[in-house]
Amino acid sequence: MSPKPADTYLDLVNSGPGAAIAATLGLPRPAPLQRHRPGDPLVAGPVLVLGSGPDADAVARTLLGWDVAVHRYAEQGTRYAGLLLVLTDVTHPSGLAGPALEAGSVLRTLAPHGRVVTVSRPALATDAPAVAAARQGVDGMLRSLAKELRAGATGNGVVVAAGVPVTAPSALAALRFFLSRRSAFVDGQLLAVDTAAGVAPADEDHPLAGRVAVVTGAARGIGAAVVDVLARDGATVVAVDVPAAGEQLAAVANRVRGSALQLDVTAPDAGARILEHTLARHGGLHVMVHNAGITRDKLLANMTPDRWEPVLAVNVSAQLAINEALLTSGDFTDAPRIVATASTSGIAGNRGQTSYAASKGGVIGAVRATAPLLVPFGGTANAVAPGFIETDMTARMPALTRQVARRLSSLQQGGLPVDVAEAVAFLASPAAGGIVGRVLRVCGQNLVGA
Amino acid sequence: MSSSPRPAYVLGGNRIPFARAGAQYAGASNLDMLTAALDGLVARHGLAGERLGQVAAGAVLKHSRDFNLTREAVLGSPVDARTPAVDVQEACATSVETVVSLANKIALGQLESAVAGGVDSASDAPIVVGDRLRSAILAAGRATSTGARLAALARVRPKDLAPVAPRTDEPRTGLSMGEHQAITTAQWGISRQAQDELALASHRNLAAAWDSGFFDDLVSGYHGLARDGVLRTDTSPEKLAALRPVFGTSLDTPATMTAGNSTPLTDGAATVLLGSADWAQAHGLTPLASVVDAEVAAVDFVHGEDGLLTAPIYAVPRLLARHHLTLDDFALVEIHEAFASTVLTTLAAWESDEFGRSRLGLPGAFGTVPRDRLNVHGSSLATGHPFAATGARIVATLAKALHRRKAERQDDEPVRGLVCVCAAGGLGIAAILEAT
Repeated sequence: MSPKPADTYLDLVNSGPGAAIAATLGLPRPAPLQRHRPGDPLVAGPVLVLGSGPDADAVARTLLGWDVAVHRYAEQGTRYAGLLLVLTDVTHPSGLAGPALEAGSVLRTLAPHGRVVTVSRPALATDAPAVAAARQGVDGMLRSLAKELRAGATGNGVVVAAGVPVTAPSALAALRFFLSRRSAFVDGQLLAVDTAAGVAPADEDHPLAGRVAVVTGAARGIGAAVVDVLARDGATVVAVDVPAAGEQLAAVANRVRGSALQLDVTAPDAGARILEHTLARHGGLHVMVHNAGITRDKLLANMTPDRWEPVLAVNVSAQLAINEALLTSGDFTDAPRIVATASTSGIAGNRGQTSYAASKGGVIGAVRATAPLLVPFGGTANAVAPGFIETDMTARMPALTRQVARRLSSLQQGGLPVDVAEAVAFLASPAAGGIVGRVLRVCGQNLVGA
Repeated sequence: MSSSPRPAYVLGGNRIPFARAGAQYAGASNLDMLTAALDGLVARHGLAGERLGQVAAGAVLKHSRDFNLTREAVLGSPVDARTPAVDVQEACATSVETVVSLANKIALGQLESAVAGGVDSASDAPIVVGDRLRSAILAAGRATSTGARLAALARVRPKDLAPVAPRTDEPRTGLSMGEHQAITTAQWGISRQAQDELALASHRNLAAAWDSGFFDDLVSGYHGLARDGVLRTDTSPEKLAALRPVFGTSLDTPATMTAGNSTPLTDGAATVLLGSADWAQAHGLTPLASVVDAEVAAVDFVHGEDGLLTAPIYAVPRLLARHHLTLDDFALVEIHEAFASTVLTTLAAWESDEFGRSRLGLPGAFGTVPRDRLNVHGSSLATGHPFAATGARIVATLAKALHRRKAERQDDEPVRGLVCVCAAGGLGIAAILEAT
């Protein structure tokens, strides 16, 4: 795994004297996040399931099946590790009061690193206005609630499409992801579940067993962490990067007993070579993680073609070309998964990053249009959008800018590559087949572009 | 163990980009570089944790502490630590020798898989103390009294304290390899222009191979170096012609050998993965070429009239005669470019009727190598020449090129490649590969 980068502020305010000073001055006090380790329980304590109706009952029953201690009524004094609000049956904004206030009554005793998860339905134009108002209200409420949480706790929501049961594989997989420590740096997000497709894994500790995954940009940073997490989850991993990164790439591939494939993703035959390698060596290809990316930041007023074009070529055009090669090959049909790395810059924009944001916005568009093409094969395509992640790329930022950027999220710190990798692994899993063309932000609920 | 030989295949290779001595790899040891090349080979072929049959490699400039260099590289790599290893040294022919000996073991059924390789660092060369100081220290160590110890050390004179750097000069002649080759170059009347043209072709061919991505699955970046550091993409006939001769300047004939048409001192490491057909299939690997046969020759450059680096001139005809082949039967030919004139004298000797009759015992000239089949992906002039690593570089490059040619052809005609590498001590090795 990647070494933990130095966030001296975070260390300082979690030391004895530093914590006292920060408390006195009212400075942000980010809590060191806890990440998933193999063998960890899904949640480290009881979970309160709020909401009435059959969906709430079904979710509560499912949690019981996962050996989770489930409460249906708030018990004052209990340190809840999780708080689940099943709001699918709310039909009027006034109906939010009951569950919202009951949730509020236990927030102060939510355990450190606790999890709040809403389960709701999307507000559609075809809904009765009051129903749509209630459903959209859940979004606003959740995003605000997430900003109230402290001590590494997060709030996220699963938005299950009309007609899809709340116990559909992808809805439950999203619920597990948000409850677990795998989602440590995912905060304030509402993830849509579009269909009932997907298959729950036989072994929750190895959901990718028997799957062959390719990760581009794998030599360092987020890509290297993705390789590690996919391998931990049972996948056979092919690590791809440019030949110049061969030394680091070999180390990444060898430590997971995978294989290294050196190529430039913009090469015309990149897709063909990826297929050839995976089929010959590993007998198939199931998961394609497009993570290779570059920046050549410049204000648009000063932009030149030699800075603009490579960014679009590597970050999005290469993905399109490789996807086309995979989709037309006939060999990418066993519940295939594409997971692409977008960026919050591609959603919210960032001064000096027109080319980068164009490419990352492009990634989001690409997965939206590619996913439906994979649906007939039980497949899907989705993106993750990292916010501020501690990598070599962000280590090059000016020190003060970096310190400020870290605090600009609800979790008041940068994420780690492993946080993005966990989201990728979740979207790559067989259970995520019902999440079609979506973007999952891994940004600690960054204040920018929410 | 099977009773009759079976094919042994080249399944792939990996090397690090070669660097000019004292440049990017100045801080890397032979062990570091060989381990890096092995790590990349293991990663490319998905062999982490595998127990391989044997790894054989070596270095020409070698520290005495590296007595088990290859085994140490194996222990530092992700292959199963139960993989045996052996050190081999045959000057610049070292890693062709390792390819051949391991291929022979595979052919005999003694091994299923193997890695051949070589490494050399001209930057991290071993420096030792002089013989007088060494003998005084050893005598002091043997002494049983303080007086005798002091007496032994008292023999040491200030000039004895100067360190001795390794030399690649021939011990029996005291001449450097370049001076030896300058004599041969003059004997054959090889022109400066012909040498510069060959050097230019080497740079252009290597640059084109890099640009086309040919080395994507043969080379892994190391210590920030992504391409061979010796390669000059901007070289030109004019630039090469402007260089001053550095060898043969004291001969009667015009000196023609420059830094541009001679290989520079280089750091680097290279490996080749070998295996049986069954082993390759079980690991999802595609055989690129079989190792058909090899021949080692030596010449008497001390007393006889042959030049130091001319042994391949004899090795190849003997090897081809054994298989009833001529030079025309080879799609690709690799002649190690120790110096441009080494290649040109080799070709001239093979094209000479007189030499063919009198020295090779043939009815006439041995044959011709068309230039479009020679060193088509560049050779040592452009790539550099870390002595023991060069053979493995050539074998892996040639095997891939042959496999590609075979795939492009739609027939069953054999696609053969020839490797020949000259070496210090008047040695030379030649090998035949055939595409699969």
